Amino acid sequence: MRAKPWAAYAVLAALLVAGLAGSVLLGTVDVPVDTVARVIAWHLTGQGDPAAWSVSQDTVIWNLRLPRALLAALVGAGLAVSGAATQALVRNPLADPYVLGLTYGAAVGAVAVIVIGVAPLGGATAGAAAFAGALGAFAVVYGLARAGGTFAPLRLILAGMAVTYGLSGVTSFLVLRTDDPGMTHSVLFWLFGSLAEANWAALGLPALALVVTMTALLAQARPLNALLLGDETAAGLGVPATRLRRRLFLLIALLTGVLVALAGGIGFIGLIVPHAARLLVGSDHRRLLPVAALAGAAFLVLVDIAARVALHPQELPVGVVTSVVGAPLFLWLVHTRARDTTGL
Amino acid sequence: MTSLTLSDVHIAIGGTPIVTGVDLRVPSGRRAGIIGPNGSGKSTLLRAVYRHLPIARGSITVGDEDLWRLTPRRAARLVAAMPQETKSDFDVTAWEMAAAGRTPHKRPFAPDTAEDTAIVTDALTRAGVAHLARRHFATLSGGEKQRVLFARALAQQAPVLVLDEPTNHLDVRHQFELLDLITEAGTTVVAALHDLNLAAAYCDDLYVLSGGRVVAHGPPADVLTPPLVGEVFGVDAHVTAAPGSDAPHLILRPRSGTGR
Repeated sequence: MRAKPWAAYAVLAALLVAGLAGSVLLGTVDVPVDTVARVIAWHLTGQGDPAAWSVSQDTVIWNLRLPRALLAALVGAGLAVSGAATQALVRNPLADPYVLGLTYGAAVGAVAVIVIGVAPLGGATAGAAAFAGALGAFAVVYGLARAGGTFAPLRLILAGMAVTYGLSGVTSFLVLRTDDPGMTHSVLFWLFGSLAEANWAALGLPALALVVTMTALLAQARPLNALLLGDETAAGLGVPATRLRRRLFLLIALLTGVLVALAGGIGFIGLIVPHAARLLVGSDHRRLLPVAALAGAAFLVLVDIAARVALHPQELPVGVVTSVVGAPLFLWLVHTRARDTTGL
Repeated sequence: MTSLTLSDVHIAIGGTPIVTGVDLRVPSGRRAGIIGPNGSGKSTLLRAVYRHLPIARGSITVGDEDLWRLTPRRAARLVAAMPQETKSDFDVTAWEMAAAGRTPHKRPFAPDTAEDTAIVTDALTRAGVAHLARRHFATLSGGEKQRVLFARALAQQAPVLVLDEPTNHLDVRHQFELLDLITEAGTTVVAALHDLNLAAAYCDDLYVLSGGRVVAHGPPADVLTPPLVGEVFGVDAHVTAAPGSDAPHLILRPRSGTGR
């Protein structure tokens, strides 16, 4: 049995709100609940007395925890939406956005500027280079997959895999060639992802990318449903598969590129969350995309809390936790919900 | 009004011509069968009618509208298809499968209306699978799947229906039942069929395709002659009358000298 969409929305929204609250409340520095509330209220409305809390409390709540929680929500939602779109793009429920080679593209871009040692954009250089690398990888995969004019799913996956292997070799090479001890850390950041760089200025771009992509995808929700049924069926329903796939690929590249540039390649969400959302509400993109977005946001916010407090005071890479938490959760979902379908 | 006309249709795949110069006309509400051996271009021809493959030359018109000059959505409101592919790795219910027929009628963000629900319910009922609506498509039997796909075509409300081997993988009874349903629908039909006797029994006209060309066409009794069947399919045919009908019935045997 599937869950009612409104029930899924309600539960996931509640989880997300709880996660955001927990994310702001929990951390290395203990800040009382009422102080947290007052700090946020003061920043939002200007009401209250800033003398009632310390500058460091203010910084921890407003400049560190809150933007980090919001970035986790945006990145989680974005990766889940991007994953759902990728699964429709290559018509394979086991695909995630990283099969298209974007993560390693981002890693190579970021690592290359670190190795070369230039920073024309200051602190934003690595992020910009990562975005450029992701788009570069995208352009190569796009070009390879387009050959012959068919843009077939299998060709997309093969092109993505080839680019991923090639770029992972380049990444390893760049790392081996350098003596910089910070390099390993940097590569880990881009490949496994991290939310530690969150700040208010970093939120605008992923929010914009998410809204634009989500709107475009929801406008195409029925054609996306048709695409899942096969190219011939889609054609018979007035949906030209190749044209739709091209548009879809551009949207995925834009969204994933932005997310990877900001938070690195946080794994597993793009695969497990859309899949779990399908098990909950089915494959109709009109329900699937919003449910995946909410679930992705809630999941990454909660996982980030775990990453911060599990080995307190040490912080785990969030991508490690998504995999460790995600895999058993995923298996449980498959085990309990897949019985009345033969999708698995 | 809703006749289907193919004029001098040429189709090439990757530069190789597959269909060359096909003319075909199905009057409104009539059923044309396309028969021919494997690789004769039947599926390729039909794919061009539901706009999966582009035509290199010629035209395909429904009524007086040139299909390839319309937007894909507009074309899909004139032609509904039942292609051969029935497999999806995604979890879709029978209802959702049938409701997909509404796709060409809906603009972006348009919600399902009560009218859509009524149309899909009616389509599933006419196809005799309303009771399966909540089942997952992948769990249905072959016969049930074909009926749900037929319901999808009905929900599309197109005056022309294209069927590519609709009776494949169906047992005898289900073959008859599906073709009866298609006949009852009363739309203009063009169908590729492997079974010559089914084609003879259910089609008003037959087009015989061989090597991408139409080598014969006309009413089944005129087309299905032993010499033609021998030449095109490479088997010996004995023609009798189907009991209780004018349709010819073929008894087929391997070519003399090659069989026992």
